[in-house]
Amino acid sequence: MNNRTERTPLVPVPSGFLMREQDVDKTPVLEIRHLGVDFGGLTAVEDFNMALGRTEIAGLIGPNGAGKTTVFNLLTNEIEPTRGIIMIDGYDTRGKKPYEICRMGVARTFQNIRLFRNMTVLENVKIGLHNEMKYSLGEAVLRLPRYWSNEAVSDNRALELLSFFNMQDAAEMKAGSLPYGAQRRLEIVRALATNPSLLLLDEPAAGMNPSETVELMNNIRRIRDEFNIAVLLIEHDMNLVMGVCDGIVVLNYGKIIAKGSPDDIMSDPVVIEAYLGKADQ
Amino acid sequence: MEKNLRSFFRRSALNITLCIAFFAVVSFMIKAKVLNRYYANIINLVLIYIIAAVSLNLTCGYLGQLPLGHAGFMSIGAYTAAIITTRLSLPDIGPIPGKAILFFIATVAGGIVAMAAGVIIGLPALRLKGDYLAIITLAFGEIIRVLVQNIKITGGAMGMGGIGKYTTFGWGFFWTVMVVAFTFLLVNSRHGRAIKSVREDEIAAESVGINLTYYKIVAFAGAAFFAGVSGSLFAHHICYLEPGNFGYSMSIEMLVMVVLGGLGSISGSIISAAVLTIIPEVLQNFATWKMIIYSLLLVVVMIFKPSGLMGDYELSAARIIRKIFRKKEVAPKLPENYTEGGEADE
Repeated sequence: MNNRTERTPLVPVPSGFLMREQDVDKTPVLEIRHLGVDFGGLTAVEDFNMALGRTEIAGLIGPNGAGKTTVFNLLTNEIEPTRGIIMIDGYDTRGKKPYEICRMGVARTFQNIRLFRNMTVLENVKIGLHNEMKYSLGEAVLRLPRYWSNEAVSDNRALELLSFFNMQDAAEMKAGSLPYGAQRRLEIVRALATNPSLLLLDEPAAGMNPSETVELMNNIRRIRDEFNIAVLLIEHDMNLVMGVCDGIVVLNYGKIIAKGSPDDIMSDPVVIEAYLGKADQ
Repeated sequence: MEKNLRSFFRRSALNITLCIAFFAVVSFMIKAKVLNRYYANIINLVLIYIIAAVSLNLTCGYLGQLPLGHAGFMSIGAYTAAIITTRLSLPDIGPIPGKAILFFIATVAGGIVAMAAGVIIGLPALRLKGDYLAIITLAFGEIIRVLVQNIKITGGAMGMGGIGKYTTFGWGFFWTVMVVAFTFLLVNSRHGRAIKSVREDEIAAESVGINLTYYKIVAFAGAAFFAGVSGSLFAHHICYLEPGNFGYSMSIEMLVMVVLGGLGSISGSIISAAVLTIIPEVLQNFATWKMIIYSLLLVVVMIFKPSGLMGDYELSAARIIRKIFRKKEVAPKLPENYTEGGEADE
């Protein structure tokens, strides 16, 4: 816990959510109302409400099987919600394809790393930059000027993004041959390349040792400050969650059981019960 | 950017020179009867199979799908082009003979009709993956065959004769260069990267903003176009079409060429298409052994190099020359991320 930074206090907004003070008068980057999804007869997520300020780092925690990753999949429309509304920058995402959600400004990483393993690190990032480049199929095949200018710009941009994690030297390596930690970082770089306003991280610290986790914590803060974006992360490592998040949402059996600042959450008896069970039966 | 552009022009100049040199040498040898008609025929056939194999590599190697209907697209291209050249005629324009213009138009038309069929079949079929896509495309190929057998304009089961022998070495070489250049230039662009990302991981590709359906259709349609072109060349090479020419065994043969050469390697497809077309011709005297050798070759390659002969490696004329002339340099550094294609490699 020695890594805590100064936090701006969370204040309630009219719709009843908590938000960082500096984000209050702006459109929230993400607003979810009464989100729910059924798989057959099973209700995986029920009445999920939250809002995320433009520069907030929020955590989504909960015991295994609570429905955290399902919420991520709902946010990117990989699973269509049964009920409720998701709004990115104030725009409804209903009926949008995952790639359209990405263009709206949501980028994500995956719990089990999903890189383009047989392609180089640079190519991985440049696929993230796909929609930043504008040349058409014809221009590509005929190698017209726009191809060269776009490719040159995106080459530089990709290296710049890689240098954010000090990975520019590995640009020509195959992504699959990178060590585990570097693969996780590359996935984040690829997500950042799509120029998101909201970054979703699904267990970014999984499989990392404590010192790597501290580094990750600093990186998440740097991402927020330098790219000026919001981050929503799922994580089991409580040091990371408590150290980096402004606000935390606790999910159990698909329902929100608590939300608030890290200090509120740590002392919340409902949360402790969900994680550890009841004290005396 | 300047540097990339200059190196691109240098490599293009080299490849174009090599292409022209190769073309000049072979056409001279054909003219001077060093290569007799039998060999010239084999060369044409090799080029036709190269066009089909390289185009199939686009869907198979780069897009990572398993289509088994390539012969169907070839058949569409073949019949479309043959119908055009047998029913129409064009006057000569200056020094260019009308037949050549007509053949070019017919080939492009065959490609376009095959491409249209590719889009139509691709839209529903590409929602499926793996085995299911294979079955649907296999069925598509068979549907085309049965259709061709039962309509009048294609001559039905009797087949279609009287097609002019227009496929020369020049035409075959021209279209081979076209398909190789197209594939190489497409694959090394943002669109090609998108196609490859679909092969690597569909979910991840979609999460970084790649429109899966669009890029699957692009790859599928591009492959169908060149399959149609190769069909047209095939029709005007053997001069007689029957529905049985384009059975599913031909689709499988194409697939074997691509897999053997290496999924995602243009030069691999070129080499294996050439080898697998030439082997049966060379081994005609050992007809009984032909199939055994053919199958053994497959088995051996699959055991010792499952990624195919070339993997996803590309032969590059520029790199070979650099290696020859700078032999003594320690560990030559490759400044380009992308290796050069194989226009001049065969």
